[in-house]
Amino acid sequence: MKITLFPGCTVPVRATNYEMSFREVAGVLGIEIADIESFGCCGYPMMAVSELSALSMAAYNLQMAEKANLPLVTLCSACSGFLKEVAFKLESDDKLRGEINKILLQINPSYSYNCSTLVKHVARFLVEDIGVEEITKKIVRPLKDIKVAIHYGCHFVRPRKLGYSDDPENPESLDRLVHLTGATPVPYEGLMDCCGGGILGIKEDSALLIAKRKLDSISAIGVDAIVLICPFCSVMFEGNQKKIEKIAGKTYEIPVLYYTQLLGLAFGLDAERLGFSMNRIKAKTILDKILSGF
Amino acid sequence: MIQDNEKTVDSKDLYIKFVDEIAEFEGEEYIRKCFACGTCTATCPVRAVDSSFDPRKIIRMVVLGMKREIFESDFVWLCAGCHACSDRCPQGVKVSDIMVILRNLALKEGFVHRSYKLQVAELLKYGRLYEVGPYNKKRAKINLPPLKDDPLPVMKIMELTGLSKFICDADSGKEK
Repeated sequence: MKITLFPGCTVPVRATNYEMSFREVAGVLGIEIADIESFGCCGYPMMAVSELSALSMAAYNLQMAEKANLPLVTLCSACSGFLKEVAFKLESDDKLRGEINKILLQINPSYSYNCSTLVKHVARFLVEDIGVEEITKKIVRPLKDIKVAIHYGCHFVRPRKLGYSDDPENPESLDRLVHLTGATPVPYEGLMDCCGGGILGIKEDSALLIAKRKLDSISAIGVDAIVLICPFCSVMFEGNQKKIEKIAGKTYEIPVLYYTQLLGLAFGLDAERLGFSMNRIKAKTILDKILSGF
Repeated sequence: MIQDNEKTVDSKDLYIKFVDEIAEFEGEEYIRKCFACGTCTATCPVRAVDSSFDPRKIIRMVVLGMKREIFESDFVWLCAGCHACSDRCPQGVKVSDIMVILRNLALKEGFVHRSYKLQVAELLKYGRLYEVGPYNKKRAKINLPPLKDDPLPVMKIMELTGLSKFICDADSGKEK
């Protein structure tokens, strides 16, 4: 299956381990990736100040994928959520689409969006398009005795009106994906709570306290790692974990893995190729545990 | 007896058409049906750690027409955009979407949080929130393809929608 990968802003510079591990995993699953180097920001950050600008930025990216006639797969939950929302809006509102296309035409006469781009977050793409069976076939190193706390993140399941296959109050897709690797997802209090990332640039203290609530609850159940699927959630739980430890007056030292890193390990791939050296909270204990089984 | 006159609201300062303006946005007519149950506030992750933020209060302020008070406070900028309130509201009020509408209106009235000025500046330079060019060498070393910093589409979009002008004009005196 051929796709185009939408890199967004954060992944290509701050979460290269996510991008590396996705590309490695895609290789194993026979997913062909066509890169479009002129993709820009998805537009979501500008929703706060100018909806019309944000929609136009999204439509610019959507029409790039449309021209390539490829499904657009993202690694970031905010990118996928927003691009999907805009694709949905433009499909159901001819007047709005006309207005946005008028803007695109002024950037380049060949730019126009005609509502045929399929937008998928990588985790949904794996569950819905590649399928559990195909993934299971490639598992050569089941991650027995590994316990993880899943963080779904908000934009992967909400808002409800976008009609995801997951119930936003009780989602299952990531649980299924983790089970495939042989690891065990452990439920915890506040599982569906936000990471706080949305206000990190507005009021850092409050954003860190939001992430702290989850880290407290996860550390109380005792897991080998947090598994997540959004670079900004990772900024909160991994990038800011040391800062939160200072506020909390205790250490967590919980490794934070992208799901594609976990899957790559179950595929038998080398930790280096999955970008583990770039994980800030070293995952040595969990890696030793996995590798010692062989 | 209320002592602090600055905190009292004079009904003649209220802009009672405010709720009508908000209700006119696609899907936002439900704001009229808010019965102030507080599910949004109870469910809000920001409220859980920061008592200065209260989505129910903001919805009431819109309904009462307290437009100026909303724009002059930090309220609207503190929403994390998680959509939990919208999904859980028993009356169908899209609270998160209303926050977005309020922020958009705030900018047009000259109010903006400084973090958005910074984000717009980066987007106008690189087309993304981060410059990727200098990372291409490092990306090549780990077998990742090069990416282009292409600010032109964003520049054109922000010019055509008026965003670059609104952001420049948003006065630092009013700036949050």
